[in-house]
Amino acid sequence: MSIGITSYGVYIPRYKIKVEEIARVWGDDPENIKSGLMVYEKSVPDIDEDTATIAVEAARNAVRRSNVDPKEIGAIYVGSESHPYAVKPTATMVAEAIGATPFLTSADFEFACKAGTAAIQACMGEVAAGLIKYGIAIGSDVSQAAPGDALEYTTAGGGAAYVIGKKDLIAEIEDTCSFTTDTPDFWRREGMSYPLHGGRFTGEPAYFKHIVSATKGLMIKVGAKPSDYDFVVFHQPNGKFPLRVAKTLGFTKEQIRPGLVVPMLGNTYSASSLIGLAAVFDGAEPGSRVLMTSFGSGAGSDSFSIVVKEKIDEMRDKAPTVQELLKGTKYLDYALYAKHKGMV
Amino acid sequence: MAAPRFWRHIPARYNLIGTKCLTCGEYYFPPRTTCPACRRAGTIEECKFKGIGEVVTYTVIRSASDAFERQTPYVLAIVRLEEGPRLTTQIVCDPDEIEIGMKVCSVFRKITEESPEGVICYGTKFMPRGDLNE
Repeated sequence: MSIGITSYGVYIPRYKIKVEEIARVWGDDPENIKSGLMVYEKSVPDIDEDTATIAVEAARNAVRRSNVDPKEIGAIYVGSESHPYAVKPTATMVAEAIGATPFLTSADFEFACKAGTAAIQACMGEVAAGLIKYGIAIGSDVSQAAPGDALEYTTAGGGAAYVIGKKDLIAEIEDTCSFTTDTPDFWRREGMSYPLHGGRFTGEPAYFKHIVSATKGLMIKVGAKPSDYDFVVFHQPNGKFPLRVAKTLGFTKEQIRPGLVVPMLGNTYSASSLIGLAAVFDGAEPGSRVLMTSFGSGAGSDSFSIVVKEKIDEMRDKAPTVQELLKGTKYLDYALYAKHKGMV
Repeated sequence: MAAPRFWRHIPARYNLIGTKCLTCGEYYFPPRTTCPACRRAGTIEECKFKGIGEVVTYTVIRSASDAFERQTPYVLAIVRLEEGPRLTTQIVCDPDEIEIGMKVCSVFRKITEESPEGVICYGTKFMPRGDLNE
């Protein structure tokens, strides 16, 4: 029997800040930033929101969009690089808050921006082995950037949860392929508030090499070519990188556009490619074929070949879509943004 | 708040688990172990509230205790749950948005933390309905 996605749920905080407002504070040219990054605004968590609360809301939306009894969930894994505790799992809070406790396994995953897709693979393995009926994989982050760092224009907050199982699939996962090397392109040391990165080193030897290799590896594995897919989703640290990697691999703008959420959302790190995939699911017809490849600094990529099933039409409207979650925005000025981020 | 004290209230705080008296049909939140109306004749069972309610009254806190100082100004309200009980809760909205009679639904938020090193207390707050497409 095939393995796949039984449900998905997303959560995006309602506050945002525009690129113009951040550029005003640092004396940058906002038009340069916007055309360079293809990001126009980014989400900002509320004062009382963090990775755990976002993960809970995404997981609750995923449960809402399914007929799954939370007690049937055998595993919950939360991928993030901003877990609220260094020691004390986020996953137990999610498990308790969706009523899945106590007979399940859970853990927090960490692999920069691809911890959420690594969690999907872990759930797939346990479902395939018959150890669990359903597993929930979550990518959730309230990503951090040092004030004045180029990252500050993109680091956002958001989360996505995927219920992995064999029953009532809204999408089948045909196969997955990962590409991993030891590449120090971006890191945050224990106890440090903000990450450091290698500037341009995060591009060619990191993002592009890993995404291209994992995606090509997957297409060889399943015997597919770019034109066999209706949609493609890549990790979205900005708007330019995914468009460039799509072009390199032979995908078109039409294939990537429906899942490109970063221009009006920002980079939600562990949730980035997962929210992009959710945006595709929000509009995809049954039978559509989707390719998704994440990227996590450090570095690695997980690529998935997915086919949307008929069941999606029945379940889609039971929880908010990505576009609905992006509406009703309240814009913050930099001072309030700094308060929300705990910088003042 | 000490970790064990917070931990004891997790079911109520995370998922609005209260109680219902099967004898008279009255709902209780926070949970009660006996029904004050039926007393010995009452049969109490656990009940999960839907998390939908209405603002009965509210105040805006501008000068808070140390644990809530960073959140000011915030809205504190008495909400009547659809099932009947009233509870005191924060409403996640700007002070100029709040109205008596406003329909609200539950959300999962950080309530407070002991200190930067201490335990973080999570739980239920409410927000105006519609924001989550419900």
